[in-house]
Amino acid sequence: MGDLNKLTIGAARDALRARDITSVELTQACLGAIDGASALNAFVHNTPEIALERAAAADQRLAKGDAPDMCGIPIGIKDLFCTKGVPSQAGSAILNGFKPEYESTITQNLTDAGAVMLGKLNMDEFAMGSSNETSTYGNVVNPWRRGNDTAELTPGGSSGGSASAVAADLCLAATGTDTGGSIRQPAAFTGITGIKPTYGRCSRWGVVAFASSLDQAGPMTKSVRDGAIMLGAMCSHYPKDSTSADIPVPDFEAALSGDIKGKKIGIPKEYHMDGIPGEIDALWADGVAMMKDAGAEIVDISLPHTKYALPAYYVIAPAEASSNLARYDGVRYGHRAKLAAGDGITEMYEKTRAEGFGHEVQRRVMIGTYVLSAGFYDAYYNRARRVRALIKKDFEDVFAAGIDAILTPATPSAAFGLGEMNDADPVRMYLNDVFTVTVNLAGLPAISVPAGLDKQGLPLGLQLIGRPWEEGDLLNAAYRLEQAAGFVSKPAKWW
Amino acid sequence: MLDAVYSEPKPKVIAGATGDWELVIGLEVHAQVASKAKLFSGASTKFGAEPNSNVAFVDAAMPGMLPVINEFCVEQAVRTGLGLKAQINLKSAFDRKNYFYPDLPQGYQISQLYEPIVGEGEVIVNMEPGVARLVRIERIHIEQDAGKSIHDMDPNMSFVDLNRTGVALMEIVSRPDIRGPEEAAAYVVKLRQILRYLGTCDGNMQNGSMRADVNVSVCRPGDYERYQATQDFGELGTRCEIKNMNSMRFIQLAIDHEARRQIAILEDGGTIDQETRLYDADKNETRSMRSKEEAHDYRYFPCPDLLPLEIEQDWVDDIAASLPELPDAKKARFIADFGLSEYDASVLTADVASAAYFEDVAQGRDGKLAANWVINELFGRLKKEDHDITQSPMSAKQLGGIVELISSGDISGKIAKDLFEMVYTDGGDPAALVEKHGMKQVTDTGAIEAAVDAVIADNPAQVEKAKANPKLAGWFVGQVMKATGGKANPKAVNEIIASKLGL
Repeated sequence: MGDLNKLTIGAARDALRARDITSVELTQACLGAIDGASALNAFVHNTPEIALERAAAADQRLAKGDAPDMCGIPIGIKDLFCTKGVPSQAGSAILNGFKPEYESTITQNLTDAGAVMLGKLNMDEFAMGSSNETSTYGNVVNPWRRGNDTAELTPGGSSGGSASAVAADLCLAATGTDTGGSIRQPAAFTGITGIKPTYGRCSRWGVVAFASSLDQAGPMTKSVRDGAIMLGAMCSHYPKDSTSADIPVPDFEAALSGDIKGKKIGIPKEYHMDGIPGEIDALWADGVAMMKDAGAEIVDISLPHTKYALPAYYVIAPAEASSNLARYDGVRYGHRAKLAAGDGITEMYEKTRAEGFGHEVQRRVMIGTYVLSAGFYDAYYNRARRVRALIKKDFEDVFAAGIDAILTPATPSAAFGLGEMNDADPVRMYLNDVFTVTVNLAGLPAISVPAGLDKQGLPLGLQLIGRPWEEGDLLNAAYRLEQAAGFVSKPAKWW
Repeated sequence: MLDAVYSEPKPKVIAGATGDWELVIGLEVHAQVASKAKLFSGASTKFGAEPNSNVAFVDAAMPGMLPVINEFCVEQAVRTGLGLKAQINLKSAFDRKNYFYPDLPQGYQISQLYEPIVGEGEVIVNMEPGVARLVRIERIHIEQDAGKSIHDMDPNMSFVDLNRTGVALMEIVSRPDIRGPEEAAAYVVKLRQILRYLGTCDGNMQNGSMRADVNVSVCRPGDYERYQATQDFGELGTRCEIKNMNSMRFIQLAIDHEARRQIAILEDGGTIDQETRLYDADKNETRSMRSKEEAHDYRYFPCPDLLPLEIEQDWVDDIAASLPELPDAKKARFIADFGLSEYDASVLTADVASAAYFEDVAQGRDGKLAANWVINELFGRLKKEDHDITQSPMSAKQLGGIVELISSGDISGKIAKDLFEMVYTDGGDPAALVEKHGMKQVTDTGAIEAAVDAVIADNPAQVEKAKANPKLAGWFVGQVMKATGGKANPKAVNEIIASKLGL
């Protein structure tokens, strides 16, 4: 079997169980692909020894039979996840040299299920960014190109390393995190599937916090089925995370019947926005037709507070971030600035944080500090919280009216060129999240599914938003959409 | 409300050059919850451990670590609230108070600003028998303690000990109902007494288990009454907060000093800046900690790592049902059941162990007599050796035995003191010792009469003098007691002498 790294989780699982291949072979194929893909800059800390050791253990477990679905599957881990003894620095220079003494719940769950960690994946610094250009490791490159144009494109962000690695078959799947669209937007930009589960489905313990009330980890995979398999292995109730939900984890893969007859799919009118390319609207219309053809009932709906979501998000997320990032002070771990004679604690803080944090992180820490400060709290933070409650209610109302899932575009454009936004107003970059942030504010599950190519040959994604805790139903709708869209394109290998 | 039997103490008045001034004081008491584990991390709270040995990943604010509420600490806060007759809020929430300091690894303290777990309550602060101040409690909230910065170990560096980081504190906030330095100290004493009764805080101020921030302002006579009528703080002066007081004596000195400082400024035509000050015990003065420009903006906001804290009324009811008898109730009962004076009852209920000891001594015996012996003899003797009641070598049963022997007339008060010393020093059963050493007092009137007759017969001159001046009968009593080796019942001796001398 050649090109084992190109397998899906589902196919690899079956082949591993049939003993047609071994996890060591599969892992070696991925390690080889990673070695050949430094131009993508997706993997930033490789862990081949750990990978081969775990692969060998997985093979033993497989030989005994009764191994879990993820057993022996090589995956990449976003740098935001703390992995014991392995650099975990959230794409930031301020965590230079930091190797945690503990393992995040999710990576532990995956390891327990037999998954094989290949290494750590590049990302925007502290998950703040939509193009992977804020990383201390340098930007990731999208394996996709515009036709024969050799201009390098962004894989999106913040889980850009994860997206690029999966799209380029460096690993079978990867973990991502999504605070405002950081799984779904890069998935859409790279032609893969990205799932942002219901807030509380996956424990945040051991995941470096960006905005605690919005952060949620999820799988980034080559298919909806793979997403269902990997999500099942990731989520669990974890008592050390007070926001992790104590509810059973269903068999998501078993929910993939492809039958969505009679399901009500909502089409929110507010997601028709000015300035969105016609191709995006056309793709969306295609999606609607596919769902209709599959027997779903299409319902026009209204989510009236949608236009306030982006501003509310860019108040709440920076506010929480400004507080969450206060711990990076040079006192206990990570980077500490060299001090001059006479420098005191204030200089240590200021120099350390000025050197350790990149511009975008500094910008958001300042925004967050400002919106929480005396005299501005009510005007910004409290108002944003009220908006958030209204947005949540928008969704509750449509779900109460019988809507099963909501179909929208995933992103307002295809992948853009690296450096293209360098001189742009930061708000232009923030607009990348316009279709995705509402979901984080409302704590809902959503999925981005590749559904077509734009005229330059770049992938585009559609987003399905589901009812809270009903990822199974959501994934089934996405599975049907995936079948109907029949997206099989792969980037032509140039790296 | 205050019992009608109490009258309010007079506020402390300081005479200034321009007239009298009064003090208005409110306290924020930080009481460390008596728990084995920290508020959010599960690390140990043991005092005096090696620096940085009681530190969990959460306490050190390692990336990705999350707080989990310690239910036991919540229970202690509820217990404390119930003990202060306070409103218990079934829903409360945690907020982050953001500021940078090396002993605060997270860069924020998790506290409860907007929705505290306990609302309004009250404390009755007794100043002297019949005089007490009702101090209203505004709120109690739960929060994390910070670590300890050590600046004097190295000339160029500071060190941080995170053992205390994340330990649970209850911040008990009073209304500005306290009117003088003595009242402030008495308030802290009473609060500590209640917390110790409840078992929710050990009240050890030396170890920092209890610390107070004291808010002081001054006003003119009449202003405070207007404030109480309207609850309008505009009637009061601008306050200053003196941070981190950890002794009753310093609390009083600091308040007095701070009030005089403020009065001097005001009488010079100046104004008081609202600020945080530190008390320097060596110089007996308060100093500004930070100017207005340096004032922290704490940027409080709801902690997104913790869900709102929701508790059940049934749970609160269970805790209420398990509350011990508290000092005020115990004192009232001692007065009613044992006929004690308010003063004696206060002394005996100062701490749970003393009260329990007394009750064991007094049970089924003469309560007043028991109180006298516990307070005057036992406490006096313990104090001499710097012992507290739990270190008493004499059990309540033993002291009760002595009290019983006195009550029954078996021994005299004088002999009882000898017996007390004997039991205190060497132990033993009091009744058996009395038997063994022949300490029983003589109540046989025949024997006493014989002794009296002998003394009268031997001292005819004294008899004449006593007949003229009955006060001299006491001389005969002394002679008879001497003759009987102190064992004669003094009451019987008095009566017989009076009748024989025809007085």
